[in-house]
Amino acid sequence: MNINLTMIGQAIAFFIFVVFCMKYVWPPIMAALQERQKKIADGLAASDRAARDLELAQEKSAQELREAKQQAAALIEQANKRAAQIVEASKDDARKEGQKLIEQAKAEIEQERNQARDALRAEIAAIAVAGAEKILETSVDASKHNEMLEKLAAEL
Amino acid sequence: MAGSASEYIQHHLQNLTYGKLPAGYERADGTVIEDATWTLAHTAQEASDMGFWAVHVDSLGWAVGLGVLFLFLFRMAAKRATSDQPGGLQNFVEVMVEFVDNSVKETFHGKNKVIAPLALTIFCWIFLMNLMDLVPVDFLPQLFHLMGADYMKVVPTTDVNVTLGMSLSVFFLIIFYSLKVKGVGGFLGELTLHPFSSDNLVLKILLVPVNLLLEGVSLIAKPISLALRLFGNLYAGELIFILIALLPLWAQWTLSVPWAIFHILVITLQAFIFMMLTIVYLSMAHEDSH
Repeated sequence: MNINLTMIGQAIAFFIFVVFCMKYVWPPIMAALQERQKKIADGLAASDRAARDLELAQEKSAQELREAKQQAAALIEQANKRAAQIVEASKDDARKEGQKLIEQAKAEIEQERNQARDALRAEIAAIAVAGAEKILETSVDASKHNEMLEKLAAEL
Repeated sequence: MAGSASEYIQHHLQNLTYGKLPAGYERADGTVIEDATWTLAHTAQEASDMGFWAVHVDSLGWAVGLGVLFLFLFRMAAKRATSDQPGGLQNFVEVMVEFVDNSVKETFHGKNKVIAPLALTIFCWIFLMNLMDLVPVDFLPQLFHLMGADYMKVVPTTDVNVTLGMSLSVFFLIIFYSLKVKGVGGFLGELTLHPFSSDNLVLKILLVPVNLLLEGVSLIAKPISLALRLFGNLYAGELIFILIALLPLWAQWTLSVPWAIFHILVITLQAFIFMMLTIVYLSMAHEDSH
Protein backbone atom coordinates (compact mmCIF):
# COMPACT_ATOMS: atom_id res chain seq x y z
CA MET A 1 0.00 0.00 0.00
CA ASN A 2 2.15 2.81 -1.29
CA ILE A 3 1.10 6.41 -1.48
CA ASN A 4 2.17 7.65 -4.88
CA LEU A 5 1.28 9.64 -7.97
CA THR A 6 -1.86 7.57 -8.46
CA MET A 7 -3.49 9.85 -5.92
CA ILE A 8 -2.82 12.94 -8.02
CA GLY A 9 -3.87 11.16 -11.19
CA GLN A 10 -7.12 10.14 -9.54
CA ALA A 11 -7.71 13.70 -8.34
CA ILE A 12 -7.18 15.05 -11.85
CA ALA A 13 -9.49 12.45 -13.36
CA PHE A 14 -12.05 13.25 -10.68
CA PHE A 15 -11.86 16.95 -11.46
CA ILE A 16 -12.30 16.36 -15.20
CA PHE A 17 -15.23 14.01 -14.67
CA VAL A 18 -16.99 16.42 -12.34
CA VAL A 19 -16.56 19.29 -14.77
CA PHE A 20 -17.82 17.17 -17.65
CA CYS A 21 -20.80 16.02 -15.60
CA MET A 22 -21.56 19.59 -14.58
CA LYS A 23 -21.37 20.93 -18.13
CA TYR A 24 -22.77 18.19 -20.32
CA VAL A 25 -24.75 15.73 -18.22
CA TRP A 26 -26.57 17.49 -15.42
CA PRO A 27 -28.12 20.49 -17.23
CA PRO A 28 -29.85 18.63 -20.10
CA ILE A 29 -31.29 15.98 -17.79
CA MET A 30 -32.47 18.56 -15.29
CA ALA A 31 -33.97 20.63 -18.09
CA ALA A 32 -35.86 17.61 -19.41
CA LEU A 33 -37.10 16.78 -15.92
CA GLN A 34 -38.29 20.30 -15.26
CA GLU A 35 -39.93 20.57 -18.65
CA ARG A 36 -41.81 17.35 -18.07
CA GLN A 37 -42.87 18.60 -14.65
CA LYS A 38 -44.23 21.74 -16.26
CA LYS A 39 -46.01 19.75 -18.96
CA ILE A 40 -47.71 17.56 -16.40
CA ALA A 41 -48.71 20.57 -14.34
CA ASP A 42 -50.11 22.26 -17.45
CA GLY A 43 -51.99 19.12 -18.39
CA LEU A 44 -53.53 18.87 -14.95
CA ALA A 45 -54.52 22.52 -15.02
CA ALA A 46 -56.08 22.06 -18.46
CA SER A 47 -58.11 19.08 -17.28
CA ASP A 48 -59.27 21.08 -14.26
CA ARG A 49 -60.32 23.86 -16.56
CA ALA A 50 -62.13 21.44 -18.84
CA ALA A 51 -64.00 19.95 -15.90
CA ARG A 52 -65.03 23.41 -14.79
CA ASP A 53 -66.14 24.28 -18.32
CA LEU A 54 -68.19 21.12 -18.48
CA GLU A 55 -69.87 21.98 -15.21
CA LEU A 56 -70.67 25.46 -16.45
CA ALA A 57 -72.05 24.09 -19.71
CA GLN A 58 -74.23 21.64 -17.82
CA GLU A 59 -75.54 24.39 -15.63
CA LYS A 60 -76.25 26.54 -18.65
CA SER A 61 -78.03 23.79 -20.50
CA ALA A 62 -80.14 23.03 -17.44
CA GLN A 63 -81.10 26.66 -17.17
CA GLU A 64 -82.00 26.86 -20.85
CA LEU A 65 -84.08 23.77 -20.52
CA ARG A 66 -85.89 25.36 -17.58
CA GLU A 67 -86.51 28.54 -19.55
CA ALA A 68 -87.79 26.59 -22.52
CA LYS A 69 -90.18 24.71 -20.28
CA GLN A 70 -91.43 27.96 -18.83
CA GLN A 71 -91.93 29.40 -22.28
CA ALA A 72 -93.80 26.34 -23.41
CA ALA A 73 -96.02 26.51 -20.36
CA ALA A 74 -96.72 30.18 -21.03
CA LEU A 75 -97.57 29.42 -24.66
CA ILE A 76 -99.93 26.64 -23.69
CA GLU A 77 -101.66 28.84 -21.19
CA GLN A 78 -102.01 31.58 -23.75
CA ALA A 79 -103.44 29.14 -26.26
CA ASN A 80 -105.87 27.84 -23.71
CA LYS A 81 -107.00 31.33 -22.88
CA ARG A 82 -107.35 32.17 -26.51
CA ALA A 83 -109.38 29.02 -27.12
CA ALA A 84 -111.61 29.84 -24.20
CA GLN A 85 -112.08 33.31 -25.60
CA ILE A 86 -113.00 31.94 -29.00
CA VAL A 87 -115.48 29.50 -27.51
CA GLU A 88 -117.00 32.28 -25.44
CA ALA A 89 -117.22 34.56 -28.44
CA SER A 90 -118.83 31.90 -30.58
CA LYS A 91 -121.30 31.12 -27.80
CA ASP A 92 -122.17 34.81 -27.69
CA ASP A 93 -122.61 34.91 -31.43
CA ALA A 94 -124.81 31.87 -31.38
CA ARG A 95 -126.90 33.29 -28.63
CA LYS A 96 -127.33 36.56 -30.50
CA GLU A 97 -128.19 34.72 -33.67
CA GLY A 98 -130.79 32.64 -31.84
CA GLN A 99 -132.22 35.75 -30.26
CA LYS A 100 -132.42 37.37 -33.65
CA LEU A 101 -134.13 34.30 -35.10
CA ILE A 102 -136.57 34.22 -32.24
CA GLU A 103 -137.33 37.86 -32.63
CA GLN A 104 -137.79 37.43 -36.34
CA ALA A 105 -140.16 34.54 -35.79
CA LYS A 106 -142.07 36.53 -33.20
CA ALA A 107 -142.35 39.43 -35.60
CA GLU A 108 -143.61 37.10 -38.28
CA ILE A 109 -146.13 35.59 -35.93
CA GLU A 110 -147.27 39.03 -34.92
CA GLN A 111 -147.58 40.02 -38.50
CA GLU A 112 -149.62 36.95 -39.35
CA ARG A 113 -151.78 37.44 -36.33
CA ASN A 114 -152.38 41.00 -37.38
CA GLN A 115 -153.25 39.87 -40.86
CA ALA A 116 -155.54 37.23 -39.54
CA ARG A 117 -157.09 39.74 -37.21
CA ASP A 118 -157.53 42.18 -40.03
CA ALA A 119 -159.14 39.50 -42.15
CA LEU A 120 -161.27 38.45 -39.24
CA ARG A 121 -162.17 42.08 -38.60
CA ALA A 122 -163.24 42.46 -42.18
CA GLU A 123 -165.34 39.39 -42.02
CA ILE A 124 -166.80 39.96 -38.58
CA ALA A 125 -168.72 43.04 -39.71
CA ALA A 126 -170.40 41.07 -42.39
CA ILE A 127 -171.07 38.20 -39.99
CA ALA A 128 -172.39 40.57 -37.38
CA VAL A 129 -174.61 42.34 -39.86
CA ALA A 130 -175.91 39.01 -41.16
CA GLY A 131 -176.46 37.87 -37.56
CA ALA A 132 -178.27 41.05 -36.69
CA GLU A 133 -180.35 40.85 -39.83
CA LYS A 134 -181.38 37.36 -38.81
CA ILE A 135 -182.16 38.53 -35.30
CA LEU A 136 -184.07 41.58 -36.36
CA GLU A 137 -185.34 39.95 -39.37
CA THR A 138 -184.84 43.16 -40.97
CA SER A 139 -182.30 44.50 -43.18
CA VAL A 140 -180.02 46.68 -41.51
CA ASP A 141 -178.80 49.56 -43.30
CA ALA A 142 -175.16 48.89 -43.40
CA SER A 143 -174.27 52.33 -44.15
CA LYS A 144 -176.48 53.63 -41.24
CA HIS A 145 -174.95 51.40 -38.76
CA ASN A 146 -171.51 51.40 -40.26
CA GLU A 147 -170.16 53.59 -37.55
CA MET A 148 -171.38 51.24 -34.84
CA LEU A 149 -170.11 48.24 -36.73
CA GLU A 150 -166.67 49.74 -37.10
CA LYS A 151 -166.64 50.46 -33.37
CA LEU A 152 -167.46 46.79 -32.80
CA ALA A 153 -164.78 45.64 -35.17
CA ALA A 154 -162.21 47.84 -33.46
CA GLU A 155 -163.09 46.21 -30.14
CA LEU A 156 -162.11 42.81 -31.50
CA MET B 1 -3.13 -21.63 -8.16
CA ALA B 2 0.59 -21.01 -8.02
CA GLY B 3 2.56 -20.79 -4.79
CA SER B 4 1.41 -20.82 -1.22
CA ALA B 5 -1.68 -19.14 0.09
CA SER B 6 0.14 -16.08 1.40
CA GLU B 7 1.86 -15.59 -1.93
CA TYR B 8 -1.48 -15.85 -3.65
CA ILE B 9 -3.01 -13.25 -1.38
CA GLN B 10 -0.10 -10.87 -1.65
CA HIS B 11 -0.07 -11.23 -5.38
CA HIS B 12 -3.72 -10.30 -5.52
CA LEU B 13 -3.18 -7.25 -3.35
CA GLN B 14 -0.32 -5.88 -5.43
CA ASN B 15 -1.01 -3.13 -7.93
CA LEU B 16 0.46 -3.04 -11.40
CA THR B 17 2.92 -0.22 -10.83
CA TYR B 18 4.70 1.93 -13.36
CA GLY B 19 7.37 4.11 -11.78
CA LYS B 20 10.89 5.37 -11.58
CA LEU B 21 13.61 3.14 -10.20
CA PRO B 22 16.69 4.97 -8.92
CA ALA B 23 20.12 4.60 -10.53
CA GLY B 24 22.14 1.62 -9.34
CA TYR B 25 19.04 -0.30 -8.27
CA GLU B 26 19.32 -4.04 -8.33
CA ARG B 27 16.16 -5.53 -9.80
CA ALA B 28 14.50 -8.76 -8.74
CA ASP B 29 16.09 -10.75 -11.53
CA GLY B 30 19.58 -9.60 -10.47
CA THR B 31 20.19 -6.98 -13.15
CA VAL B 32 21.43 -3.62 -12.01
CA ILE B 33 20.13 -0.52 -13.74
CA GLU B 34 22.65 2.24 -14.35
CA ASP B 35 20.40 5.26 -14.87
CA ALA B 36 17.15 6.09 -13.17
CA THR B 37 14.49 4.50 -15.37
CA TRP B 38 10.73 4.51 -15.67
CA THR B 39 9.51 0.94 -15.84
CA LEU B 40 6.87 -1.51 -14.67
CA ALA B 41 7.62 -3.06 -11.30
CA HIS B 42 8.06 -6.81 -11.38
CA THR B 43 7.79 -7.40 -7.65
CA ALA B 44 6.11 -5.80 -4.68
CA GLN B 45 9.53 -4.76 -3.39
CA GLU B 46 10.30 -2.92 -6.61
CA ALA B 47 6.94 -1.21 -6.48
CA SER B 48 7.51 0.07 -2.97
CA ASP B 49 11.08 1.13 -3.80
CA MET B 50 9.71 3.34 -6.55
CA GLY B 51 8.43 5.60 -3.79
CA PHE B 52 6.11 8.46 -4.63
CA TRP B 53 7.04 8.67 -8.30
CA ALA B 54 4.97 5.73 -9.39
CA VAL B 55 1.55 5.20 -10.82
CA HIS B 56 -0.78 2.30 -10.21
CA VAL B 57 -1.65 1.66 -13.82
CA ASP B 58 -4.42 -0.82 -12.99
CA SER B 59 -6.21 1.35 -10.41
CA LEU B 60 -6.02 4.45 -12.53
CA GLY B 61 -6.92 2.58 -15.69
CA TRP B 62 -9.98 0.92 -14.24
CA ALA B 63 -11.01 4.09 -12.45
CA VAL B 64 -10.76 6.24 -15.55
CA GLY B 65 -12.37 3.55 -17.69
CA LEU B 66 -15.33 3.23 -15.33
CA GLY B 67 -15.62 7.00 -15.03
CA VAL B 68 -15.70 7.28 -18.80
CA LEU B 69 -18.31 4.52 -18.95
CA PHE B 70 -20.48 6.38 -16.46
CA LEU B 71 -20.15 9.69 -18.28
CA PHE B 72 -20.70 8.03 -21.65
CA LEU B 73 -23.95 6.42 -20.51
CA PHE B 74 -25.21 9.55 -18.83
CA ARG B 75 -24.13 11.79 -21.67
CA MET B 76 -25.97 9.58 -24.12
CA ALA B 77 -29.11 9.84 -22.02
CA ALA B 78 -28.62 13.58 -21.61
CA LYS B 79 -28.28 14.10 -25.35
CA ARG B 80 -31.46 12.22 -26.06
CA ALA B 81 -33.25 13.62 -23.01
CA THR B 82 -36.82 14.41 -23.84
CA SER B 83 -39.62 15.76 -21.77
CA ASP B 84 -42.01 13.32 -23.43
CA GLN B 85 -42.03 9.61 -22.69
CA PRO B 86 -38.53 8.67 -21.56
CA GLY B 87 -36.87 5.49 -22.76
CA GLY B 88 -35.26 2.85 -20.57
CA LEU B 89 -31.84 4.44 -20.27
CA GLN B 90 -33.27 7.88 -19.70
CA ASN B 91 -35.58 6.49 -17.06
CA PHE B 92 -32.68 4.97 -15.20
CA VAL B 93 -30.57 8.11 -15.51
CA GLU B 94 -33.46 10.26 -14.38
CA VAL B 95 -33.99 8.09 -11.32
CA MET B 96 -30.33 8.49 -10.41
CA VAL B 97 -30.34 12.21 -11.05
CA GLU B 98 -33.51 12.76 -9.05
CA PHE B 99 -32.23 10.63 -6.20
CA VAL B 100 -29.00 12.63 -6.02
CA ASP B 101 -30.84 15.90 -6.50
CA ASN B 102 -33.19 15.12 -3.62
CA SER B 103 -30.30 14.11 -1.37
CA VAL B 104 -28.55 17.38 -2.16
CA LYS B 105 -31.68 19.47 -1.66
CA GLU B 106 -32.41 17.88 1.70
CA THR B 107 -28.95 18.66 3.03
CA PHE B 108 -27.65 21.64 1.16
CA HIS B 109 -29.76 24.77 1.15
CA GLY B 110 -27.46 27.28 -0.49
CA LYS B 111 -27.07 27.95 -4.16
CA ASN B 112 -24.25 26.08 -5.79
CA LYS B 113 -24.23 24.59 -9.23
CA VAL B 114 -21.26 22.34 -8.53
CA ILE B 115 -22.50 20.25 -5.65
CA ALA B 116 -25.27 18.26 -7.31
CA PRO B 117 -23.23 17.15 -10.37
CA LEU B 118 -20.31 16.52 -8.03
CA ALA B 119 -22.47 14.29 -5.86
CA LEU B 120 -23.81 12.45 -8.90
CA THR B 121 -20.30 11.84 -10.19
CA ILE B 122 -19.11 10.63 -6.80
CA PHE B 123 -22.03 8.28 -6.30
CA CYS B 124 -22.04 6.70 -9.74
CA TRP B 125 -18.30 6.53 -10.14
CA ILE B 126 -17.63 5.03 -6.72
CA PHE B 127 -20.52 2.64 -7.20
CA LEU B 128 -19.05 1.39 -10.47
CA MET B 129 -15.56 1.10 -8.98
CA ASN B 130 -16.95 -0.81 -6.01
CA LEU B 131 -18.96 -2.98 -8.35
CA MET B 132 -15.74 -4.39 -9.78
CA ASP B 133 -15.48 -6.18 -6.46
CA LEU B 134 -18.24 -8.54 -7.57
CA VAL B 135 -16.26 -9.75 -10.57
CA PRO B 136 -14.73 -13.07 -9.49
CA VAL B 137 -11.33 -12.30 -8.00
CA ASP B 138 -9.25 -14.40 -10.37
CA PHE B 139 -11.13 -13.67 -13.54
CA LEU B 140 -9.67 -10.38 -14.70
CA PRO B 141 -6.17 -10.85 -13.18
CA GLN B 142 -5.84 -14.17 -15.00
CA LEU B 143 -6.99 -12.58 -18.23
CA PHE B 144 -4.38 -9.86 -17.90
CA HIS B 145 -1.78 -12.38 -16.85
CA LEU B 146 -2.28 -14.09 -20.17
CA MET B 147 -1.74 -10.73 -21.85
CA GLY B 148 1.53 -10.28 -19.98
CA ALA B 149 0.66 -8.11 -17.00
CA ASP B 150 2.24 -9.37 -13.77
CA TYR B 151 -0.27 -7.78 -11.47
CA MET B 152 -3.82 -6.62 -11.89
CA LYS B 153 -5.98 -5.21 -9.15
CA VAL B 154 -9.36 -4.52 -10.66
CA VAL B 155 -11.15 -2.72 -7.84
CA PRO B 156 -9.85 0.85 -7.83
CA THR B 157 -11.44 1.66 -4.47
CA THR B 158 -9.28 -0.98 -2.76
CA ASP B 159 -6.36 1.30 -3.58
CA VAL B 160 -5.92 3.94 -0.90
CA ASN B 161 -4.47 6.32 -3.48
CA VAL B 162 -7.73 6.38 -5.36
CA THR B 163 -9.88 7.06 -2.31
CA LEU B 164 -7.40 9.62 -1.02
CA GLY B 165 -7.29 11.30 -4.40
CA MET B 166 -11.04 11.79 -4.29
CA SER B 167 -11.28 12.75 -0.64
CA LEU B 168 -8.46 15.29 -0.96
CA SER B 169 -10.26 16.83 -3.92
CA VAL B 170 -13.32 17.12 -1.71
CA PHE B 171 -11.10 18.58 1.01
CA PHE B 172 -9.85 21.26 -1.35
CA LEU B 173 -13.41 22.06 -2.30
CA ILE B 174 -14.23 22.41 1.42
CA ILE B 175 -11.37 24.85 1.90
CA PHE B 176 -12.22 26.69 -1.32
CA TYR B 177 -15.88 27.20 -0.47
CA SER B 178 -15.11 28.03 3.16
CA LEU B 179 -12.80 30.81 1.99
CA LYS B 180 -15.20 31.92 -0.73
CA VAL B 181 -18.29 32.08 1.46
CA LYS B 182 -16.82 33.20 4.76
CA GLY B 183 -13.72 35.00 3.61
CA VAL B 184 -10.26 34.42 5.01
CA GLY B 185 -11.13 36.12 8.30
CA GLY B 186 -14.36 34.20 8.70
CA PHE B 187 -12.70 30.88 8.03
CA LEU B 188 -9.84 31.59 10.42
CA GLY B 189 -12.34 32.79 12.99
CA GLU B 190 -14.25 29.56 12.66
CA LEU B 191 -11.04 27.63 13.22
CA THR B 192 -9.85 29.64 16.22
CA LEU B 193 -12.86 31.12 18.08
CA HIS B 194 -14.96 28.03 18.24
CA PRO B 195 -16.13 25.92 20.06
CA PHE B 196 -14.71 27.64 23.19
CA SER B 197 -15.24 31.35 23.25
CA SER B 198 -15.26 34.01 25.89
CA ASP B 199 -16.20 37.66 26.22
CA ASN B 200 -12.94 38.31 27.97
CA LEU B 201 -10.34 39.24 25.35
CA VAL B 202 -7.38 37.71 27.15
CA LEU B 203 -9.22 34.48 27.75
CA LYS B 204 -10.29 34.53 24.15
CA ILE B 205 -6.71 34.73 22.96
CA LEU B 206 -5.71 32.00 25.38
CA LEU B 207 -8.40 29.76 23.95
CA VAL B 208 -7.20 30.21 20.36
CA PRO B 209 -4.65 27.37 20.36
CA VAL B 210 -7.13 24.99 21.97
CA ASN B 211 -9.77 25.81 19.41
CA LEU B 212 -7.30 25.64 16.56
CA LEU B 213 -6.19 22.20 17.68
CA LEU B 214 -9.75 20.92 17.96
CA GLU B 215 -11.05 22.44 14.77
CA GLY B 216 -7.87 21.66 12.86
CA VAL B 217 -8.07 18.01 13.79
CA SER B 218 -11.73 17.80 12.89
CA LEU B 219 -11.03 19.52 9.58
CA ILE B 220 -8.14 17.23 8.68
CA ALA B 221 -10.07 14.21 9.85
CA LYS B 222 -12.72 14.82 7.21
CA PRO B 223 -10.75 13.77 4.10
CA ILE B 224 -8.85 11.09 5.98
CA SER B 225 -11.95 9.43 7.35
CA LEU B 226 -13.70 9.80 4.02
CA ALA B 227 -10.88 8.05 2.19
CA LEU B 228 -10.14 5.37 4.78
CA ARG B 229 -13.78 4.43 5.31
CA LEU B 230 -14.25 3.63 1.66
CA PHE B 231 -10.86 2.03 1.28
CA GLY B 232 -11.20 -0.08 4.42
CA ASN B 233 -14.62 -1.44 3.55
CA LEU B 234 -13.69 -2.39 0.03
CA TYR B 235 -10.24 -3.68 0.92
CA ALA B 236 -11.69 -5.93 3.58
CA GLY B 237 -14.40 -7.12 1.23
CA GLU B 238 -11.87 -7.88 -1.48
CA LEU B 239 -9.65 -9.68 1.01
CA ILE B 240 -12.50 -11.92 2.05
CA PHE B 241 -13.25 -12.74 -1.58
CA ILE B 242 -9.57 -13.66 -1.99
CA LEU B 243 -9.67 -15.84 1.11
CA ILE B 244 -12.80 -17.58 -0.13
CA ALA B 245 -11.00 -18.18 -3.43
CA LEU B 246 -8.45 -20.21 -1.48
CA LEU B 247 -11.10 -22.79 -0.58
CA PRO B 248 -11.52 -25.87 -2.72
CA LEU B 249 -13.53 -25.07 -5.83
CA TRP B 250 -16.64 -27.07 -4.87
CA ALA B 251 -16.96 -25.21 -1.54
CA GLN B 252 -16.37 -21.68 -2.73
CA TRP B 253 -19.91 -20.84 -3.70
CA THR B 254 -21.24 -21.60 -0.21
CA LEU B 255 -19.37 -18.57 1.08
CA SER B 256 -18.80 -16.38 -1.94
CA VAL B 257 -22.46 -16.19 -2.92
CA PRO B 258 -23.72 -14.97 0.49
CA TRP B 259 -20.78 -12.63 0.79
CA ALA B 260 -21.35 -11.24 -2.69
CA ILE B 261 -25.03 -10.67 -1.95
CA PHE B 262 -24.13 -8.93 1.28
CA HIS B 263 -21.48 -6.99 -0.56
CA ILE B 264 -24.04 -5.50 -2.96
CA LEU B 265 -25.32 -3.64 0.09
CA VAL B 266 -21.82 -2.55 1.12
CA ILE B 267 -21.00 -1.34 -2.37
CA THR B 268 -24.08 0.83 -2.63
CA LEU B 269 -23.90 2.00 0.94
CA GLN B 270 -20.27 3.08 0.71
CA ALA B 271 -20.90 5.00 -2.48
CA PHE B 272 -23.89 6.66 -0.84
CA ILE B 273 -21.97 7.49 2.34
CA PHE B 274 -19.13 9.07 0.39
CA MET B 275 -21.63 11.17 -1.54
CA MET B 276 -23.70 12.16 1.51
CA LEU B 277 -20.65 13.13 3.57
CA THR B 278 -19.31 15.20 0.71
CA ILE B 279 -22.62 17.05 0.54
CA VAL B 280 -22.69 17.51 4.31
CA TYR B 281 -19.11 18.78 4.45
CA LEU B 282 -19.68 21.20 1.62
CA SER B 283 -22.92 22.44 3.11
CA MET B 284 -21.05 23.03 6.39
CA ALA B 285 -18.49 24.98 4.41
CA HIS B 286 -21.29 27.15 3.08
CA GLU B 287 -22.91 27.85 6.41
CA ASP B 288 -21.83 31.04 8.00
CA SER B 289 -22.98 30.27 11.51
CA HIS B 290 -20.52 32.24 13.61
